[in-house]
Amino acid sequence: MRGMNRRACALCWAILLAAVLAAVYLLGLLIPDEAVAGSFLHAKEAPSLAHPFGTDALGRDLLMRTLKGLSVSVTVGIAASVISAVIAVFVGIAAATGSKRLDALINWCIDLVMSVPHTVLVILISFALGRGLKGLLIGIAATHWCSLARLIRGEVLQLRAQPYVSVSGRLGKSGGWILLHHLLPHLAPQFFVGLVLLFPHAVLHEASVSFLGFGLPPEQPAIGIILSESMRYLSTGMWWQAVLPGLTLVLIVLLVDRLGNQLQMLLDPYSAQE
Amino acid sequence: MPLEARNVFFRYHRKSPWVLENRSLTVGRGERLALLAPSGYGKTTLALLLAGYLQPARGEILWDGKPLPAKGVCPVQLIWQHPEKAVNPRWRLRKVLEESGRLTEDRLASFGIERAWLDRFPRELSGGELQRFCVARALLSGAEYLICDEISAMLDAITQAQLWNVVLEEAEKREMGLLVVTHNRRLAERIASRVVDLSEEPAQ
Repeated sequence: MRGMNRRACALCWAILLAAVLAAVYLLGLLIPDEAVAGSFLHAKEAPSLAHPFGTDALGRDLLMRTLKGLSVSVTVGIAASVISAVIAVFVGIAAATGSKRLDALINWCIDLVMSVPHTVLVILISFALGRGLKGLLIGIAATHWCSLARLIRGEVLQLRAQPYVSVSGRLGKSGGWILLHHLLPHLAPQFFVGLVLLFPHAVLHEASVSFLGFGLPPEQPAIGIILSESMRYLSTGMWWQAVLPGLTLVLIVLLVDRLGNQLQMLLDPYSAQE
Repeated sequence: MPLEARNVFFRYHRKSPWVLENRSLTVGRGERLALLAPSGYGKTTLALLLAGYLQPARGEILWDGKPLPAKGVCPVQLIWQHPEKAVNPRWRLRKVLEESGRLTEDRLASFGIERAWLDRFPRELSGGELQRFCVARALLSGAEYLICDEISAMLDAITQAQLWNVVLEEAEKREMGLLVVTHNRRLAERIASRVVDLSEEPAQ
């Protein structure tokens, strides 16, 4: 990559990371259910060539189970962070362009949601909505928009003070036109970077809430479930049940974080020409 | 159809002192009025009020005897001191001009704009070149009055002369009213048909 400039480099990285993510998702979908079926003949085996991640107490292959679980995690992460980011954009714009009372109300709501630990809130919402994928998704989506909404509110306030926005009004453009042509294009970088940086949070919360038993049902292969099952056998020396699936989760999260940083570099006008 | 500020009061916050106190000013159609004063006398504030960017606390801004229209293209257009803040940095300059209404490319030469600049971004042009776009945008909107708030303060002598030639030529051709806000007495006397000095003229 020596011949390329930083921008081309970042673009390559972004494409590569996005491809890896898509591959993880598809792989999880393509793995048949038989691959994660249990066999008591092979229970509690250490990592080997046949089972690179070893097997769990029910004799299920942990590599296959981890891959399937990652696919679920990626789905939850993407869906929850997209919903969160969209909520954040709407709330942020409403706070910045609405009346002072609306702004105060929204800020109060943001403070309220931020003052309660995320995990507690996710557990409460997920539990109230009957757990499962739906409850978990709504729980995560409803708790992660706050900081991005605050960021977007600030950005819109700053943009609205710019002369070119007021000039637009004097040239006869309506508020909606200004929002669409002046404000939203400026918010796109914040939106995408915020979206990607929300993803790790969403995935880790999904795993931790499932680990605590308030999220996905136990038969579903998910990283949180795998980790919580492994806890029972950890003291008997079966380290691979926790370490290897946990490591892959950390890897995916790091990957997406890296993707976010690359995107930030690509979309930020101050580094756009490096 | 004169543009008139009648007994205007303005302050930026309820508790701050008046920036403008009982100030009146009239610009006629076809007139070139220069507004002269040291910093802090409210020149820019008056310009913003006359172009409808701000509303006076007391008094009124009248265009043809009526208040300025709140919607639609304002017949009074202001050209800002800093052109780089008055154009969207993410837009190509073609879009900047299109925002004012109909962009007719054959008129660009008279504004001193080269056709190749239309596909560039604002940061790729110099201040003087950008200011020509702001002038063109204001003129293309079909304004009757042009308020120039120190539009040539950051330009060198040659670029200033070029810019003013464009503005004066168009203003004369279309019989527009011109309000020139400046620090520079020489410039004011050269351009304007009448000079008002806010620091000499006491508030009525």
